[in-house]
Amino acid sequence: MSSTNWNLEPSLESTAVVQLQEQYDLYIDGKWQAPQEKKYFATSNPADESHLSNIAWATEADVAIAVKAARNAYENVWSKLSGAERGKYLFRIARLMQEKSRELAVLETLDGGKPIKESRDIDLPLACNHFFYYAGWADKLSAAFPGKRIESLGVAAQITPWNFPLLMLAWKIAPALACGNTVVLKPAETTSLTALKFAEICQEADLPAGVVNIVTGHGDTGALLVSHPDIDKIAFTGSTAVGKQIQKACIGTNKKLTLELGGKSANIILEDAPIDQAVEGVVNAIFFNQGHVCCAGSRLFVQESIAARVIEKLKFRLQSIYVGNPLDKNTDIGAINSKKQLETIERYIQLGQEEGAEIYQPACKLPSKGYYCPPTLFTDVAQSARIAQEEIFGPVLAIQTFRTIDEVLQKANNSPYGLAAGVWTDKGARIFGLSSQLQAGVVWANTYNKFDPASPFGGYKESGFGREGGLHGLSAYLKITQ
Amino acid sequence: MEILKTYKLYIGGQFPRTESGRSYQIQSAAGQAIANACLGSKKDIRNAVQAARKAQTGWVNKSAFNRSQIIYRIAEMLESRKVQFIDELMLMGQTEQSAVEEVQLSIDRLVYYAGWADKYQALSSSVNPVSSSHFNFSVPEPMGVVGVVACQKTALLGLISQTIPLLVGGNTVVVIANTLKALSAISFAEVLATSDVPGGVVNILTGDVAEMLPTLAGHMDVNALSLSTIPEDLSRSAQEAAIDNLKRCQLYHLDFSAPQNQGLQFITDFLEIKTTWHPIEQVASGIGGY
Repeated sequence: MSSTNWNLEPSLESTAVVQLQEQYDLYIDGKWQAPQEKKYFATSNPADESHLSNIAWATEADVAIAVKAARNAYENVWSKLSGAERGKYLFRIARLMQEKSRELAVLETLDGGKPIKESRDIDLPLACNHFFYYAGWADKLSAAFPGKRIESLGVAAQITPWNFPLLMLAWKIAPALACGNTVVLKPAETTSLTALKFAEICQEADLPAGVVNIVTGHGDTGALLVSHPDIDKIAFTGSTAVGKQIQKACIGTNKKLTLELGGKSANIILEDAPIDQAVEGVVNAIFFNQGHVCCAGSRLFVQESIAARVIEKLKFRLQSIYVGNPLDKNTDIGAINSKKQLETIERYIQLGQEEGAEIYQPACKLPSKGYYCPPTLFTDVAQSARIAQEEIFGPVLAIQTFRTIDEVLQKANNSPYGLAAGVWTDKGARIFGLSSQLQAGVVWANTYNKFDPASPFGGYKESGFGREGGLHGLSAYLKITQ
Repeated sequence: MEILKTYKLYIGGQFPRTESGRSYQIQSAAGQAIANACLGSKKDIRNAVQAARKAQTGWVNKSAFNRSQIIYRIAEMLESRKVQFIDELMLMGQTEQSAVEEVQLSIDRLVYYAGWADKYQALSSSVNPVSSSHFNFSVPEPMGVVGVVACQKTALLGLISQTIPLLVGGNTVVVIANTLKALSAISFAEVLATSDVPGGVVNILTGDVAEMLPTLAGHMDVNALSLSTIPEDLSRSAQEAAIDNLKRCQLYHLDFSAPQNQGLQFITDFLEIKTTWHPIEQVASGIGGY
């Protein structure tokens, strides 16, 4: 196969739709409040390192004010509203988000570096739909748990990651509010802007003050929030290391905890699979969102009889992956979210070579400014290699081969994580045979990285506990007793 | 002359003595020695976890109906040894009335959970209407190997109430029995051993909770913990050790004789939900889907 030389004219999405303030305060009790210690930090565009805005850095006093506001709103307003009324607010928020979806998509791309075609076609529709979906549950909770006594929990502390900022906000806030809780949410420090835009939407929707509070800051702010004594529920999406710290902080308290953590998910191609479709699936599994996906298919297992062909096709396919300006509608892989993350990824790429794996990166011209990483394959990867065991959170794929299904199940399950898995085969019966034995919370058959508000998501083992989405996502925000 | 019973551990379907070669006295309410029990060790815990892991795939792959029958069989076996269990409870200090009640309730509980083994799946699964052309469904699966510190107040009822729902869900278990009233736990192991429960599905150890729990709680091949009321510092350090591999921890500060303390919740507390996306081919001109 010869390489295809793609020379695409840039097709840039306009940023005119986004109006940013020079500085953002904290959104507490329905108002914008300056942080008590008057500290702010800068947020920048990872695609070109340009400055975007300054954001309040919440400290202990701010967190206390926010939790108090959420508590007041819970006691006096939100817990007294009927489910139907809560639902109406959520429907209204969903509609407002849909109306502003382009602005939010462009802002998501500016702040986080993800390709505009992904923020526009995936993040935004999913986030809006999530609010729409849970809006409808708000007045049907007793039908969801027949014969049980159900109660809201109170104040939820929610911490979201930087890979899907607005979508993860939706995953957290929509079910929490539908179930009658109020929230204090801390977005990731590198991607706070869409959460702050969401605060504006809450204002526009006339959501009662204090029901949603957004406190921005770094990890210290998050730690203060989860350890605040007046919190009833913690929902965290992020690294396994931080998740463990939070679990520890919850011991001896009555805080209900759900964790959505890291992964090293196996994507398995059997010899009877439709190969071209599988190769596309592999590309989507590991390069979607620059590989900054907790459920990324970062371990590829190919059956030995087809391995050479699959790897050849993958290498060919990589040559037409377009890495560059996230605002360009042609871009497949945008900017790595931060300098720190780029360094982590580069360290793993170095390590993979030192471990003896063979590297493949297509020739591609990366922008001179900003943080970029070409799509990277490793072949001849040992099961014990760190690049096959540890979460890299970047566009780096570790490829292994296998002979029998027994062998691949053993290898796939031999991981402390258990978030997701992919299975590629032409045989429906075989899909069920494998999926029932893979230790993972989500199994995609002949597809990968598909999400839906109705579909529960969450991990086994060290990938966390609790589910987000669907009917099962409700129980994370309710006290259910017999 | 009376033949005294030797109480041993129950690991992998066998009744070994503790590898540590130690024992401790079980006393009556009046403080009289009535039997010796094995003082289980860390090594015993590790052996038990290994046995539980080995048995897990076989247990979960039995049909739900079969698991139901096996658990019902445990009830039958316990019923047939009712007198022995009542005597043993009385020997350890219970009144006849409370002993009879506890054994009867234990049998009832076994029957209750036996019926759940092929029903909880329907109640905790869902077919999810996703927007793409996929059959998307969520089903419960066992967490795997669960460590249990059985109720330290009751000798039999708590152990059954904590352990049997885990078996219903397809988990295998390593149980640390009530330390002071250890005899019923080992007699119950004899019931299990004659009830078609495959070896290793339930493993029961007697001894000091403080000595064995840290190993169980910190073991990287244990997926979850079920803790009864134990001293606060012990519970706390177990929960801390559990974080290493993110074990799911359930704390049961419960009176298991209360009717509300049996139910589906005790099964689902130790289940994971798996969601599968299965493709739907668009055949002919029809639009299929669920």
